[in-house]
Amino acid sequence: MESLYLLIPLSVVLIGAVLWLLWWSVGSGQFDDLEGPAHRILMDDDVPPDASASARRDPPDA
Amino acid sequence: MPALRPAATRLTPELDQAWIAKGVRRSRVWLCESNLTVREGVYEMQETYNYKVVRQFAVMAVVWGILGMAMGVFIAAQLVWPDMTYGIEWMSYGRLRPLHTNSVIFAFGGCALFATSYYVVQRTCHTRIFSDRLAAFTFWGWQAVIVAAAITLPQGITQGKEYAELEWPIDILIAIVWISYAITFFGTLLKRKTPHIYVANWFFGAFILTVAMLHIVNSMAMPAGLFKSYSAYSGVQDAMIQWWYGHNAVGFFLTAGFLGMMYYFVPKQANRPVYSYRLSVVHFWGLIFTYMWAGPHHLHYTALPDWTQSLGMVFSLILLAPSWGGMVNGIMTLSGAWDKLRTDPILKFLVTSLSFYGMSTFEGPMMAIKTVNALSHYTDWTIGHVHSGALGWVAMVSIGSLYYLIPRMFGREAMWSVRLINVHFWLATLGVVLYIAAMWVAGVSEGLMWRATNPDGTLTYSFAEAVKATYPFLFIRFLGGVLYVAGMLLMAYNVYRTATAKDARVYDDAPVPAAALAHA
Repeated sequence: MESLYLLIPLSVVLIGAVLWLLWWSVGSGQFDDLEGPAHRILMDDDVPPDASASARRDPPDA
Repeated sequence: MPALRPAATRLTPELDQAWIAKGVRRSRVWLCESNLTVREGVYEMQETYNYKVVRQFAVMAVVWGILGMAMGVFIAAQLVWPDMTYGIEWMSYGRLRPLHTNSVIFAFGGCALFATSYYVVQRTCHTRIFSDRLAAFTFWGWQAVIVAAAITLPQGITQGKEYAELEWPIDILIAIVWISYAITFFGTLLKRKTPHIYVANWFFGAFILTVAMLHIVNSMAMPAGLFKSYSAYSGVQDAMIQWWYGHNAVGFFLTAGFLGMMYYFVPKQANRPVYSYRLSVVHFWGLIFTYMWAGPHHLHYTALPDWTQSLGMVFSLILLAPSWGGMVNGIMTLSGAWDKLRTDPILKFLVTSLSFYGMSTFEGPMMAIKTVNALSHYTDWTIGHVHSGALGWVAMVSIGSLYYLIPRMFGREAMWSVRLINVHFWLATLGVVLYIAAMWVAGVSEGLMWRATNPDGTLTYSFAEAVKATYPFLFIRFLGGVLYVAGMLLMAYNVYRTATAKDARVYDDAPVPAAALAHA
């Protein structure tokens, strides 16, 4: 099973990288607020600004 | 390009326009296209999102979806009417089947993932995409890969590795496009204006990185001419590498990426925060740590050592926990707003996709148990399982997300016809149910007939008898596929009417809302 000599080290290195990422993200406060981020994406109004029936035809940034 | 808005009152006519352009370009480089507003200067620059690349990928997802699924219906018909293509070799099942799988997974699914990840990463990071040019390159590069696949596969040019059939020159192009994708995505994350990275981006990021690694390791080959190569691995080694790739392609391409989609578009469409943000974070890390080890369940009862098979089985069973955590999290997002399901077909698509996700992530670990696998392996049950994941989960969550995205890409609030979305939903649901129920019956019949023995030890049924037993179910599967493609055609018509409606316009750059910038 020589392929495992490739796959297992690869997976272990990957898991190591993932662990480091987890360590970094916890340490840097990514998960300090586990409520706010869920609400914040809803506060982003992504309906095009002139999408109503009486729409301006020109792009907003023209 | 970000919009340049000359502050009309301050613009001094004697200033050389070319100089302004140059200056703008330079400050863009310095400030990484940040929301530059030069109050004292002669111009103002408003931060915008790149919608052009999102729109291109979203529209192509619909186009490739129809072609890929129609190809599937075509080869399903060949199984019912084997002589329908008169033995023309480039129309034969063996050559078109990889074209079907490549075009639904990488062309349809890939374009949907590119579109949604570029959209989500920009909107949740409150910043324009890292590089417009690199993003455009990923679009054209990816389309080139798809066209190359459509040309080479029917000619029988293949590496013979499932889901990794494309020959080495195309593999190299895929690697280049994918690395550009990674740079574009992670570059955007790095220049984000928000301190927090929204959970959907974690899923998209994991998907992009893992697929890069899987593709490069599995495609290692020695070329023997332009259209032929030999894998760097051989025998059971090659099988192990292939299914380490194959399983994780399912795990990261077809699961993690689409979960990223789910964690953004389900809350947005329901207009409610995800049920538990905490659970979504646990879901992410749980999935990442367990998925990588489950590949050997594709090689039960083969030359692979027994302990490797058992390890794969155990990890497959463990996978049930994070998968169901995510499914519950998505569905419960609607708690308190279930009534929306009655009127909103986009939400129906998204919630039904989660039900199929839950169903197929239950079925998968069950089929990974060695004793169950002894019955199910090599039968149509596997095909049914794949399609409850592919049509039920992956395609439905993509379709729901695309119905959310596409009107916004054309400066509108909603699709041209919401009723047509509803019809599409019922066609798709009925199609999947017919498909997977037929394959369950066919698969279990095959499994039982193949293993049935007489008292004297001889086989009860010949192989052809088992084929004959599945015949009606192959036809029902074909019908299910026809319904599914019919729904996709309605979608294409709806997209066309949305794009050409009176109030629609090509919307290349969308302004970043002032509120978002204020939060930054």
